Amino acid sequence: MIEFQNVTKQFPDGTFAVKDFSLVLPSHKVTVFVGSSGAGKTTLLRMINRMVNPTSGKVLIDGEDVAGLNPVALRRKIGYVLQATGLLPHRKIADNIASVPRLNGVPKSKAREEALILLDTVGLDRSLADRYPDQLSGGQQQRVGVARALASDPNILLMDEPFGAVDPIVRLELQDELNRLQGEISKTMVFVTHNIDEAFAIADQVVILRAGGEIAQVGSPAEILANPADDFVETFIGADKGKRTLHLQRREEDGVTLIVDAEGRPAGILGEDKG
Amino acid sequence: MSWLVDNFDLVARLTGNHAILSVIPIVLGFVIAVPLGWIANRSHSLRSWVIGGGSFLYTIPSLPLFVILPYILGTRITDERNIIVALTIYAVAMMVRTAADALAAVPADAVEASTSIGYSLWTRFWLVEFPLAGPVLLAGLRVVSASTIALVSVGAIIGSANLGYLFTNGKQRDFLEEILIGIGASFLIALVFDIAIVLLGRVLMPWNLRKSPASKSIRQNAVGVY
Repeated sequence: MIEFQNVTKQFPDGTFAVKDFSLVLPSHKVTVFVGSSGAGKTTLLRMINRMVNPTSGKVLIDGEDVAGLNPVALRRKIGYVLQATGLLPHRKIADNIASVPRLNGVPKSKAREEALILLDTVGLDRSLADRYPDQLSGGQQQRVGVARALASDPNILLMDEPFGAVDPIVRLELQDELNRLQGEISKTMVFVTHNIDEAFAIADQVVILRAGGEIAQVGSPAEILANPADDFVETFIGADKGKRTLHLQRREEDGVTLIVDAEGRPAGILGEDKG
Repeated sequence: MSWLVDNFDLVARLTGNHAILSVIPIVLGFVIAVPLGWIANRSHSLRSWVIGGGSFLYTIPSLPLFVILPYILGTRITDERNIIVALTIYAVAMMVRTAADALAAVPADAVEASTSIGYSLWTRFWLVEFPLAGPVLLAGLRVVSASTIALVSVGAIIGSANLGYLFTNGKQRDFLEEILIGIGASFLIALVFDIAIVLLGRVLMPWNLRKSPASKSIRQNAVGVY
């Protein structure tokens, strides 16, 4: 469990990235921070592994204040996936994945063996192990990023807009993969995105943030869709434009039932009820 | 050519000594300049001190330095340690800016990412920054190598037994062949060193063999500084 207690981050120029933020992130669940640029979501994420230290307030992991922990040791125990992948360009894929185990003194051959298994875990072919990062596609690199984050078998996985730089099709594919993976490994995951659809696709708990890290609403995707807290949330999830209010529309010519939004734009078709 | 045959032992001895007098300052200069370059990137004021200091050192003329150093080091004027110290100073002066630029050009996201997954300052330097700065550092080292080998010959004026002796002696005797042989041997050392540095780079930086256009242009810029 990760807990933010009255956390504030103020920059030297006086502006607040995050102001008096309190929240509990339950274990083995996916919490997604979603908000526009400047909403402080990345700042919040980076406070968990002490890449950012709060001006005041506490961040607790399983009841322990991270401020009292050695940052290097703490970071090795927390998986971290970055938008720009952050893979080391001069290390082969297997060596990139094995980074943290090697830093922790795991023998080279054992670390490599585990890296190969992790390639399987994230759905990559083992033949990629001896390539360099720039020889892989963006989507493949992101999978390697996830494999690296899992290498030390951390309890916590931080993901900072990990799928922001890949094309929409690969992005959906990676979201599905992440859901499948989370079903197997069940980590405490903290995910940052500015894409509300992505948040709804992967979150157990969605945290919608306004500027300055102020919480607009916390809840499951269904709760937020059913009861948007205010105009800001409605706008953010697209409910104000009728994007979330869907209707059925029968097409007589081929007997298909379309699902359309408030403005009549098709959003999908009605499938068979799975019961 | 008969002069070379008759004096082959002398030329070989001078060449060997010339190579030794070159390699020590090249290595020492590199070892000193890289940490200085790292320090230079810590802050703006440190950078201007380190880079400015390097430029200043490089403006000291070599001959007076050879003469002054014995007073500072307490060595005899003919001691070759004076030459080694003087050339190390020049090597540092030349290398420090390249080292600072090379380390500053390491991709910020690689540095950031390695910190955020748990590299300490020390492991990050050795495993991330230093190797990624490698191609540019190596380019700088090649310039330092050529320059140092050329500068060693000045030491002949204060009695050091290196290829410079063939220049002063040939000049005194108005004997062109001896001078040309000195130039040829000195060129040979420079060539061997250069090839050695390039090969070392290939062995130590295998990822760099697949030359990407980006790293190539950084290298060219680094050489262009001089």
